Amino acid sequence: MGMTVVQKILARATGRSMVAIGDVVEPAVDLAMSHENAALVINQFLEVYQGTGLEARPWDPTKIAIIFDHRVPAESSKTATNQKKVREFVAAQGIAKFHDIRGDEGGICHQVLPENGYVRPGQVVVGTDSHTTSHGALGAFAFGIGATEMASVWALGCAMNVEVPGTIKVEVDGSLSPFVTPKDLILQVVGKLGAGGATFHVLEFHGEAIRAMPTSGRLTLCNMSVEAGATSGIVPADEETLRYLRQEAGIEEDLEQLTPDPDAPYERVVTLDASKLEPQVACPHTVDNVRPVSSVAGTKVHQVVIGSCTNGRLDDIAIAARLLKGRKVARGTRMLVFPASGRIYQQAVAAGYVSDLMQAGAVVMNAGCGPCLGVHQGALGDGEVALSTTNRNFKGRMGNPASEVYLCSPAVAAASALTGVITDPRNGGGAPHE
Amino acid sequence: MSKARVVLALGDDVSTDQIYPGRYMATVLPTETPQFAFADLAAFNALLKSGGVGAGSVVVAGRNFGCGSSREQAVSALKGHELIIVAKSFARIFLQNAVNLGLRLVEAPDVAASEGDDLAIGLTELTNLTTGRRFGIKPLPPARQAVTEAGGLIAYTRSRLVGRGAAA
Repeated sequence: MGMTVVQKILARATGRSMVAIGDVVEPAVDLAMSHENAALVINQFLEVYQGTGLEARPWDPTKIAIIFDHRVPAESSKTATNQKKVREFVAAQGIAKFHDIRGDEGGICHQVLPENGYVRPGQVVVGTDSHTTSHGALGAFAFGIGATEMASVWALGCAMNVEVPGTIKVEVDGSLSPFVTPKDLILQVVGKLGAGGATFHVLEFHGEAIRAMPTSGRLTLCNMSVEAGATSGIVPADEETLRYLRQEAGIEEDLEQLTPDPDAPYERVVTLDASKLEPQVACPHTVDNVRPVSSVAGTKVHQVVIGSCTNGRLDDIAIAARLLKGRKVARGTRMLVFPASGRIYQQAVAAGYVSDLMQAGAVVMNAGCGPCLGVHQGALGDGEVALSTTNRNFKGRMGNPASEVYLCSPAVAAASALTGVITDPRNGGGAPHE
Repeated sequence: MSKARVVLALGDDVSTDQIYPGRYMATVLPTETPQFAFADLAAFNALLKSGGVGAGSVVVAGRNFGCGSSREQAVSALKGHELIIVAKSFARIFLQNAVNLGLRLVEAPDVAASEGDDLAIGLTELTNLTTGRRFGIKPLPPARQAVTEAGGLIAYTRSRLVGRGAAA
């Protein structure tokens, strides 16, 4: 019996020739990421050492990454004080992979890690954020954990109680039509599997549409795999992975490509035809409440949000800018754009996208998580509706349980900003093809 | 066998945003998070804060309880009130966090109970004393037992560290 990619990664990370699905293992961790919640991790980490007589030092500071993104710049004195404590810890422990609130190297953790080459194929990556699944886009096994578990990783250097997960193979043939994006694809997958349909499983993506997809789109797919309950999503590394890591992340060292065995044990295969896909929208208040855009077209929208770890990358901003250039955001609708990193922000400025968006009436905010989780900027009023390229629409997610959030692609979001109602980008609000 | 009253009954896919809204995430310490448990369910939150919910009371829910964010506050807030969560299934990270912090979870795939019902919770079976119906309990993955027996992950990791020091 062969092994899936994740089995191979876990076998190596535990020093074994093979692991079976269901085995409980303690894989060595290659990268341990936290954001502002590092404040809680530090608290728990210090507690672990209490009364032991041992000095509280992380197992390997070079494998720890801390990125401020959830509430940047700080929205309150409490957050600012937490961030200050984290800075002090980072300095004391010599943690070099630290990204503070900066326009040059700051941004959302799930963009900062890939663009700096911190994630490599075959690694085990853990993060105190559920969307750590994103990094499977680079062929790593990446999953979210809680803060206390991260304290344990910092102390011991391994993740504990990891059941080798079964894998669901998602095979996507055909190619995506214009204005249909990886976001539409993953929304359809989540709708198909259901919010808990992949719990304790990995989604492994294959097929013609995946091979043709740039890493930015693969990050979107893996990012939202957790919305089906998956432990992680993964795209086995290929030529595109190597291209991204060399050209965009600047890695020069040798890289390897782990691929699944031909007889890898998949529990289930989900097959999709990308060419038949139309834009999708996740309706309030669950991410698996997915419908084609045509069935909700015309719904009034008060706030359009483009950004986040799901869809704040350059190609996301580019498609929005192309649709909005020379046109105007509808009165009565506000449009907020949050690039995923300072680097992407600068690229968007250089390409003229920021100017196009601002002239159309959009507000371009600093790189960060922005309004996605309702803690910082862009809260909704009672009875208001948001259409957002973020990843969650749970009740209260954008700071107000009396509001509604619909999720969509950047193309749907931009087309809808022009009309003020949910709009299919392929007609009406859409600009002519270039 | 413990007897417990259901104080809140919820449906499927209860997210950590509902258990602990994102706007309170700057509050991280387990001593401070319980005040924001189910903050958007204002009446229940007020009841919790008034001390009107006894330790060992039950929140019952459907499938995929605790989905969404990995925020540990969602667990420490419930643990602070010593609630027991009975659900048809749990999201992975929430389950792991609950084991790590010692929040008691009971996975009963077919459970049916309403607010005000009394439950008798055993090791392998749960009885709704109000309706007379019995439901099987799915045990937690065995690998979690060591953490539970140690009294949570902090104590477990501490013992591993000390053991490692002794071995060296």
